[in-house]
Amino acid sequence: MNQLEILRFALRGLLANKMRSSLTTLGILIGVAAVIMLVAVGEGSSRSIQQNIQRLGANTLTISPSFSGGGGGGAGGMRTQGGNTGPRTQARQLSLADAKALTDRTLAPSVTSVSPVVTAASSTAAYGAASHTIAQFVGTYPSYFEAVNKPIAQGTYFFNEDVLAARKVVVLGQTVVEELFGTVDPIGKQVSVSGVPFTVVGVLKEAGSTGMQDADDVAIAPLPAVQQSLSGFGSLNSIVVQATGAGTTTTAQSEVTAILNQRHGITNDNPDYRILNQATLQETVSAATGTFTVLLGAVAAISLLVGGIGITNIMLVTVTERTREIGIRKAIGAPRSAILGQFLLEATLLSLVGGLSGVLVAFLGTRFAIAGIEPVLVPSSVVLALGVSVGIGLFFGSYPANRAAKLRPIQALRHE
Amino acid sequence: MTAPDGPAPVLRVSDLVKEYGEGDARVRALRGVSMDVERGDYVAIMGASGSGKSTLMNILGCLDVPTSGTYLIDGADVGLLDEHQLAILRNRRVGFVFQSFNLIPRMSALANVELPLVYGGVGLAERRARALAALEQVGLADRVHHEPNQLSGGQQQRVAVARALVTAPALLLADEPTGNLDTASTGDVLQIMDRLSDSGRTIVLITHENDVAAHAKRVIRLVDGEIVEDRRQAPVDGPPPRMAAL
Repeated sequence: MNQLEILRFALRGLLANKMRSSLTTLGILIGVAAVIMLVAVGEGSSRSIQQNIQRLGANTLTISPSFSGGGGGGAGGMRTQGGNTGPRTQARQLSLADAKALTDRTLAPSVTSVSPVVTAASSTAAYGAASHTIAQFVGTYPSYFEAVNKPIAQGTYFFNEDVLAARKVVVLGQTVVEELFGTVDPIGKQVSVSGVPFTVVGVLKEAGSTGMQDADDVAIAPLPAVQQSLSGFGSLNSIVVQATGAGTTTTAQSEVTAILNQRHGITNDNPDYRILNQATLQETVSAATGTFTVLLGAVAAISLLVGGIGITNIMLVTVTERTREIGIRKAIGAPRSAILGQFLLEATLLSLVGGLSGVLVAFLGTRFAIAGIEPVLVPSSVVLALGVSVGIGLFFGSYPANRAAKLRPIQALRHE
Repeated sequence: MTAPDGPAPVLRVSDLVKEYGEGDARVRALRGVSMDVERGDYVAIMGASGSGKSTLMNILGCLDVPTSGTYLIDGADVGLLDEHQLAILRNRRVGFVFQSFNLIPRMSALANVELPLVYGGVGLAERRARALAALEQVGLADRVHHEPNQLSGGQQQRVAVARALVTAPALLLADEPTGNLDTASTGDVLQIMDRLSDSGRTIVLITHENDVAAHAKRVIRLVDGEIVEDRRQAPVDGPPPRMAAL
């Protein structure tokens, strides 16, 4: 018995009922396409979130003061602990000296750059008649630009000499430029921020808004210039530390923790600062989006299962309907394997054709953005969905096929 | 499964019993049927409806299994064969013609006749040639590409005879082959049977019509599952009686 002949019988059987075959195929098509597309959408949204996080700065740690820790006035219970350094009376703020200490190459080898940051909230900038309240007026070092991933679109950054000389230069975000200058070229112009004139040296590339905050409503100036004119020489708002690479952020974090704990005299687990690790954040978010993708995939998998049950149903109907034909075939000497092969092949062909066209539909579908998300095709999901659909054909087809093959010729022939 | 030399019968049936149902509802369709059929014989089994003749035929065609008793087809004890060997036996040694034709719909006459050869593993070119020859033999060379629903009852039955013949079986079984046919078609089919018998084919057919039985060399009458009459109308190695009369 030739395999090719069995295939020919199976194809003939399927083509005899074109409408039924195509509807069954459609069930599998929808299931496979849904699995691939939903996983692609999940993957796409996960990537876009990752990119947004990356945009905040790669490999960076952001250290900010924490008032819950340390020995603040309210935290009475803490004072009696840590007897070796004596009771602390107050949480210490982050200082420029802290930032300088973090640049120590021997104590913190995983740290590339340290940028102390002061922020003057709601500073009003004016140019000519136009004025605008800048949401974030940042005073820092030039390394900040690289650390938080803020490239320049126009002009230049400011440099270390500008910091040393406390020059009043500023790099503006797109929103600020639009509000103050409109279409005028802002480079070299002077804006007055709370009455202090700053010269514009550069414009940041548009970052887009992330959530509630407009990331472009920002101005960045040398640290001493901002301290002199706006914030005063008090404590720092934060310190941005850039690690040497993506793999060393955790090492850098422990180095930074060790240095700051020593400087701030912290021995318990309750420091007066906190460190936001971009890598940890990314891991957390990708774990969350991973769950989301699995959920989407599971929902789609149910539709694939329903498609598989559709195949069983159709194959059962087919076997019942063609019982007589099976009887005739057996009467003229068809072996059991030929009957089994024919019906199994019919079921598998249904699911394979459905699966392949589902993959095709998914390939087309993932070329379009869905709800603002660019879907990303995951090759493993294609392989899995196709494999499962063929498996479904074999599994769900085997029951009706077996039933057909086991019929006794006389029973099958008498069937009406 | 090669037949021994000499007068070994194509068919040897001994004490065949078939019962249906259980307990009080038990029906004995065959009550110990024994007979031999020689090579080249043309046997008509007659009987009223319910006499067990169809049951006997289904068992002889390996479509059903007897409750007890043994039978040998072409020297092979059917009771000892497994499922796969049975399929081969049905395919190569027995040709079966049904009362209701039992052609596969939506397949051309040629494809229907080729089907036993496909299951027998015969190559494309050879089975095409053999199927065409078989259709030629039943006078349907001009209808090979017609589907069953485009053929008359008589033509369908001739296709079925061609299908039964195409594997050159040792035994041709026909279960009331003319039961669903008009007089003209009945004549056609019986003429084909006569010709086959004349060319040495062993035929066993079932009928309840005396006209049909008159074509056979030997007539066996069944009543209530038992053989009550076994009459020879013509010698085994001669032509069938109707052909001799012509």
